[in-house]
Amino acid sequence: MPIISRGFAGRRTEADVKLPPGQYLTTDFPVLSAGPTPRVSLDKWEFSIDDGTNVLRRWDWKSFHNLPAENFTVDLHCVTRWSKLGTSWEGVSLDTLLADVKTNAQYALANSYGGYTTNLPLADLMNKQAWIAFKFDDEDLAPEHGGPARLLVPHLYLWKSAKWVRGITLMDKDRPGFWESLGYNNYGDPWREQRYQGN
Amino acid sequence: MWRTATVVAVRDETATARTITMEVPDWPGHLAGQHVDVRLTATDGYSAARSYSIANAPNSGMRVELTVERLPNGEVSPYLTQELRVGDQMEIKGPVGGWFVWQPQQTEPIQLLAGGAGLVPLMAMIRSRQSAGCAAPFRLLYSVREPEAVLYSDELRVLSENDRGVALTYAYTRSAPKDWPRAPGRIDASLIANTSWSSTAGPTCYVCGPTSFVERASNLLIASGYSPDRIRTERFGPTGEQR
Amino acid sequence: MNSHDYDYLDGNAAAGELSKIFVMDMTTAEGCCMHCGATKHFAEAHLYVKCPGIVARCAVCDEVLLRLVSIGERAFLDLRGMTYLRLDTSQLQ
Repeated sequence: MPIISRGFAGRRTEADVKLPPGQYLTTDFPVLSAGPTPRVSLDKWEFSIDDGTNVLRRWDWKSFHNLPAENFTVDLHCVTRWSKLGTSWEGVSLDTLLADVKTNAQYALANSYGGYTTNLPLADLMNKQAWIAFKFDDEDLAPEHGGPARLLVPHLYLWKSAKWVRGITLMDKDRPGFWESLGYNNYGDPWREQRYQGN
Repeated sequence: MWRTATVVAVRDETATARTITMEVPDWPGHLAGQHVDVRLTATDGYSAARSYSIANAPNSGMRVELTVERLPNGEVSPYLTQELRVGDQMEIKGPVGGWFVWQPQQTEPIQLLAGGAGLVPLMAMIRSRQSAGCAAPFRLLYSVREPEAVLYSDELRVLSENDRGVALTYAYTRSAPKDWPRAPGRIDASLIANTSWSSTAGPTCYVCGPTSFVERASNLLIASGYSPDRIRTERFGPTGEQR
Repeated sequence: MNSHDYDYLDGNAAAGELSKIFVMDMTTAEGCCMHCGATKHFAEAHLYVKCPGIVARCAVCDEVLLRLVSIGERAFLDLRGMTYLRLDTSQLQ
């Protein structure tokens, strides 16, 4: 039984909105990172889709911006328990990026500048569920929030939305990423509170 | 692992910093420079933990003092510096940290570089030196925003007036007292050169403060001839989420 | 180096968390980085704590030395980033 500290309530705000279990509402935008912020110059930036052996698609910054982009508003849920609702982004849907890609792969590993990785079923990247986002709140995505571009998969905990994303590797067999290999849940559905392995 | 600490005194050091004195019945004792992890739990079970350096000298029985600086967007520091009262309780774990430690058996000259609240563990070292009656000479370079932000100001003034063995230099970074000989600004090579032990004296340096201060100060020391293995560092920063 | 942001602490800040697992004080242990070979005291590692765990990185090459996640009564520890850790066992009684 931990000792209760009289008068301590922490940062939580009361919310009238329905949040996933165990989450609290925040109005600011916390910055979490497992390493130094990568500084990627736009003339070197690339996003690619590969199957582990061959590069299937590759875009540089210019060709990426020739793709149709969309504005979208989503809620973010971080496994460290904060939720930020109604965030506005601009990005390219993974449906667009995967449009002509023929694959039998069931799984995907997102990888980032700086070495971060996270895995998810390929199906969770499709059907209007995921984007490569480059603008937040009408401004270029700041480096500390994952700029130049990050993956955004809002129906899963935010650690799946890899910052500084540089590519997706399509895989036949699932392989755990940075946090999934160290105790975090392989899938990460906030509404079923799948934070950790064994949840 | 977690011990219960009861607050027996609080003292405001500045408008934003407060020293909290606690009693911990089974406190095993600590060394100057070590720190504790503090855990606060709300009535609904929500808890938050942070790390703070121990401010008081060793051999204080069951007394543990922390000096906490209130962070503008902090979750724990506003509670500790404004809400916490005598009689309140929290949990502490420690002492921890065997690297950033000074002990009275050390006889070499000591160089202390403090950035803001980084003074806290260095003050524990100064207090330890006093209570142990140790003769090792200390030099403290204290980088601080402005006179109103100085921690332990009375104690430091008495110390510098009465103890030849501790030399104190303030480096104000934002605003200095009237007629101060040095214009406000970050520490630089010439300040280090004028106020530090020469590396030939074989000193050990302790540098503590925000990471940006520690990197800057360490690089200046190395550039002035100190070997990196004579420099011990401890970086402070929010141990909760940045906002 | 990737960044000039000072968004890291150092190995000292991991002392409390690591004391749950290790009997000996880890901050004074010397670790050899598996990636670049730099050998430094763990207290000097760059520590990232603003994430769902603790990540210690080599102060020289920024590669991961150690990762620790504490979840309730379980701790997950990954030490693969260090070739060895050299500890002073005279600390033990």
